Amino acid sequence: MKAFTYQRADSTAQAAAAAVKPGAKIIAGGTNLLDLMKLQVETPSNLVDINRLPLDKIEETPDGGLRIGTLVRNSDLAADPHVRQRYGVLSRALLAGASAQLRNKATTGGNLLQRTRCYYFYDVTKPCNKRSPGSGCAALAGFNRIHAVLGTSEHCIATHPSDMAVAMQALDAKVETVNRQGETKVIPIAEFYRLPGNTPEIETSLKSGEIITAVTLPPPPPGVQLYRKVRDRASYAFALVSVAAIVDTAHGRIRSARLAFGGLAHRPWRVAQAEQGLANTPANTATFNAAADAVLEGARGYVGNDFKIPLTRRTLHSVLAEITRT
Amino acid sequence: MEMNSPIGPNALDAQRIVGKPLDRVDGRLKVTGSARYAYEMQQENTLYGFVVEASIGKGRIVSIDTRAAEKAPGVELVLTHRNAPAQGTGNHRDAHPVLTGPQVTRYGQPVAFVVAESFEQARAAAYLVDVKYDRSNGKYALHSNLDKARVPNPSDAPAADSAVGDFARAFASAPVQLDVTYTTPLQSHAMMEPHATLAMWDGDNLILHTANQMLNQGQQVIATTLKIPVENIRLISPFIGGGFGGKLWVNADAILAAIAARQLKRPVKIALTRQQIFHVTTHRSDTIQRLRLGTDSEGRILAIGHDVFSGNLPSEQTYEGAALQTRTLYAGPNRLTQHRQVPLDIPVASSMRAPGEAVGLMALECAMDELAEKLNLDPIELRVRNEPSEDPEKHIPYSSRHLIPCMQEGARRFGWDKRNPKPGQVRDGRWLVGIGMAAATRGNPLLLSKANVRLDPDGTCIVRMAMTDIGTGTYTILAQIAAEMLGLPMERVKVELGDTIFPQAAGSGGSWGAGSSGSALFEACNALREKLARTAGMDPATARFANGSIASGDQSRKLTDLVGVGMDADGEIRPGRNNKDFSQQSYGAHFAEVGVDEDTGEVRVRRMLGVFTAGRVLNAKTARSQAIGGMVFGVGAALHEEMTLDPRFGYFVNHDLAEYHVPVHADIPDIDAVFLAELDDQSNPLKSKGIGELGICGAGASIANAIYNACGARIRDYPITLDKLLSRLPVRT
Repeated sequence: MKAFTYQRADSTAQAAAAAVKPGAKIIAGGTNLLDLMKLQVETPSNLVDINRLPLDKIEETPDGGLRIGTLVRNSDLAADPHVRQRYGVLSRALLAGASAQLRNKATTGGNLLQRTRCYYFYDVTKPCNKRSPGSGCAALAGFNRIHAVLGTSEHCIATHPSDMAVAMQALDAKVETVNRQGETKVIPIAEFYRLPGNTPEIETSLKSGEIITAVTLPPPPPGVQLYRKVRDRASYAFALVSVAAIVDTAHGRIRSARLAFGGLAHRPWRVAQAEQGLANTPANTATFNAAADAVLEGARGYVGNDFKIPLTRRTLHSVLAEITRT
Repeated sequence: MEMNSPIGPNALDAQRIVGKPLDRVDGRLKVTGSARYAYEMQQENTLYGFVVEASIGKGRIVSIDTRAAEKAPGVELVLTHRNAPAQGTGNHRDAHPVLTGPQVTRYGQPVAFVVAESFEQARAAAYLVDVKYDRSNGKYALHSNLDKARVPNPSDAPAADSAVGDFARAFASAPVQLDVTYTTPLQSHAMMEPHATLAMWDGDNLILHTANQMLNQGQQVIATTLKIPVENIRLISPFIGGGFGGKLWVNADAILAAIAARQLKRPVKIALTRQQIFHVTTHRSDTIQRLRLGTDSEGRILAIGHDVFSGNLPSEQTYEGAALQTRTLYAGPNRLTQHRQVPLDIPVASSMRAPGEAVGLMALECAMDELAEKLNLDPIELRVRNEPSEDPEKHIPYSSRHLIPCMQEGARRFGWDKRNPKPGQVRDGRWLVGIGMAAATRGNPLLLSKANVRLDPDGTCIVRMAMTDIGTGTYTILAQIAAEMLGLPMERVKVELGDTIFPQAAGSGGSWGAGSSGSALFEACNALREKLARTAGMDPATARFANGSIASGDQSRKLTDLVGVGMDADGEIRPGRNNKDFSQQSYGAHFAEVGVDEDTGEVRVRRMLGVFTAGRVLNAKTARSQAIGGMVFGVGAALHEEMTLDPRFGYFVNHDLAEYHVPVHADIPDIDAVFLAELDDQSNPLKSKGIGELGICGAGASIANAIYNACGARIRDYPITLDKLLSRLPVRT
């Protein structure tokens, strides 16, 4: 850990002004940032603590949705009665992540911005284009069991590790931000994350000094919500693949479906074609297959993670069979 | 006393206190945080050290630029091979020299040690040390270097090979044959407390507060390494937060801290980070194990062969003794075991959680399951048919052996008769459910150990020895032995361990701790009883000790009236003829039920039962806890634990606990462990046998066998992760 200065922000404007300076980094829960600082993967010269800002409320919005302050802790969000009643997929996804201690500390905005768990990213003595642009990608021909099979580039095959973000992707969440001029912006979550391409070090569409203030959820779509996380142990492990599904079924026919996937790509993965293909079709193996084909279009394994392709297909089958039976 | 003859009836047989399920005497200290571990020891003026590890697997240091680090705030010293003192050498069990030269023999080898006023300053400065390497081609992966295998010859382990009869001919002509190869991965101990040391010098005398399982051995290693007399070294280690073999030997933390403290004339403290532990300290080698079993048509073994490959540094002889239990577990006239060691340029492989049996039984006990299916026999019946009447290689009797009762009692309690031998027949929702079993066995070593017991005039009994308690309950069982022997209530007994100023003790490891240290204490108590009886004018042979008094006939004297200013006695136990004339092992049987998700291949354990016999159980509660802990290790070994080697760099990629998976609470369901009554009168005066590692032995195999029973997939490559099962599960298209 490099020595750094610390300041506590009293307003979002002050935080944004401080955050725009080179070497500055916002800290909220710190559950990921501090680990990375200890390993010198992150080396901020100034930490801007936003924990005192009044951004920790969950409120209903006039349109029947929910507005979640960026500092709402993962535990509180998962336990919120509105979330549990109407956004079960989000509550389940949150509770599938990390451990109780971490969820007590981790925030909504911080969860969105957590970094990949790629082993090579975590070790500063190894090449990594995300950590050290131009140094190469050790995972491509290395140990890549937990890495991406969709949307990869020759520069990076890292995955985004969040469960929460996968559920929010299925729920069409919007990310609200503010910059140091006080200008607010609303970014649909589909446009929030980037694929690695040539610049894997740039992970989101946030600009320098732009701070997440809240995440809003529109009213939930009709249907049953489900979150399935497939992992190597029963708790406290990142997803090999996860599925957030919201499917509306009647009399054995799917009326509408939303599917978002974790563990497969640099961002939560959603394929409109797969969802449209499921709409107004009978719930059977053939339609599930077609959906899996659409989701996995262009999927490519890197030896260690080849299994994720059949695993995704099988998991999707399992989820759709369960959710259309319900 | 030397173990040369059977133990007759003795004072422990009453079992008024010994054997009872008493709470740990150090439990309150532990849960209130007042048990102080090495890194928590406070000393004025202490400096903090941080290790810089080699980031290549093999090669040479071309340059080390320490200038920036030396100028960094708070830094007092940057040690490298250029300014480190000359040290003694040897294999990892004899010496642990550090910073010896520019040669890099393994990834994670310390190349610099930064010492500063605070831990944070030392860590920050460590990143400023600029090391340039000339990298050479190392040999890293076990499986790709088998052609370089050699016959290892360590001084402190059984011979690598054994043969009885004519294995090759008997196997070739056996009516039923099984020839299978199992592999187990690289594993890390992953104990809770990191390796940590606080080193201070008082003139020429070195005091180390350090996390170490075998203090007297450690003293010797440090003396050899630092080239100072053993008597100048004091190791203090009253509490250890788990060792699992990873703290059996001296590690770099102790030597680096000692050297730096001497140069700086100030105390130096160090704890390895979690990430550093994986490379800087030892691990368990991966293994490749070929099992060949040949039987007659009734399932009687005619030929049994077990060939094992494991890896280690070229300078080391230690091998993973995965075939050792195969020499003694089952009958059969023709036998062959071979251990081959492959020289590799990766960190030192050494003892971890039942070295040998833990991974050996994961192969042997699955092979037995495969054999049972081939023979259309129940797996328990196959084992019963191959129960030996004597040790089949050494042709000596077993000191005690009750494997069959363990299997039968386990079968009864677990509901084994409900098992459908045909795989894939039972389901619960989307879970395919199966059950499996495996035998457990672990050697029962006895080591030289000494003890002192003292009775003070205020009625306090003080037990002292340089024994360690690594979390197993040693403090408690020693207090029980002293209380029982001297007729005192538990609360009167104070046990002081973990300091080399006390009598030499066996330390904790290899399941020898309780038997060795407890027997030494038993002997010391006997000697004290004799002194007390003589002082009271009573016959030591018939005197009774109870309620703080000694009684004979109708006479009774309070012990406190006899001890004057205090009375003490020494005791000692040594291995003897019994350790050669008897084949000594603990035994058990594991039963496991698992669910396999028919879509995703996720495996979850549903319940486990272990039934064991290990001689006299000294504390029913700590014994059960210890066995359950071992069974949890078995879950990890079967399903989770694996260090992955990246052969491009010669390092373990997943060197943290986020990605080196051990079971978490949610992975551990209903587990029970039961000990059946047994006394072993050839083992030691306590008539006990080792239980430290028995729980892990065979536990993983019972899970693998249950997975096979659940879904029909026989995975011979541990850990059994879902990617290995996917193609074997029902088709989903």
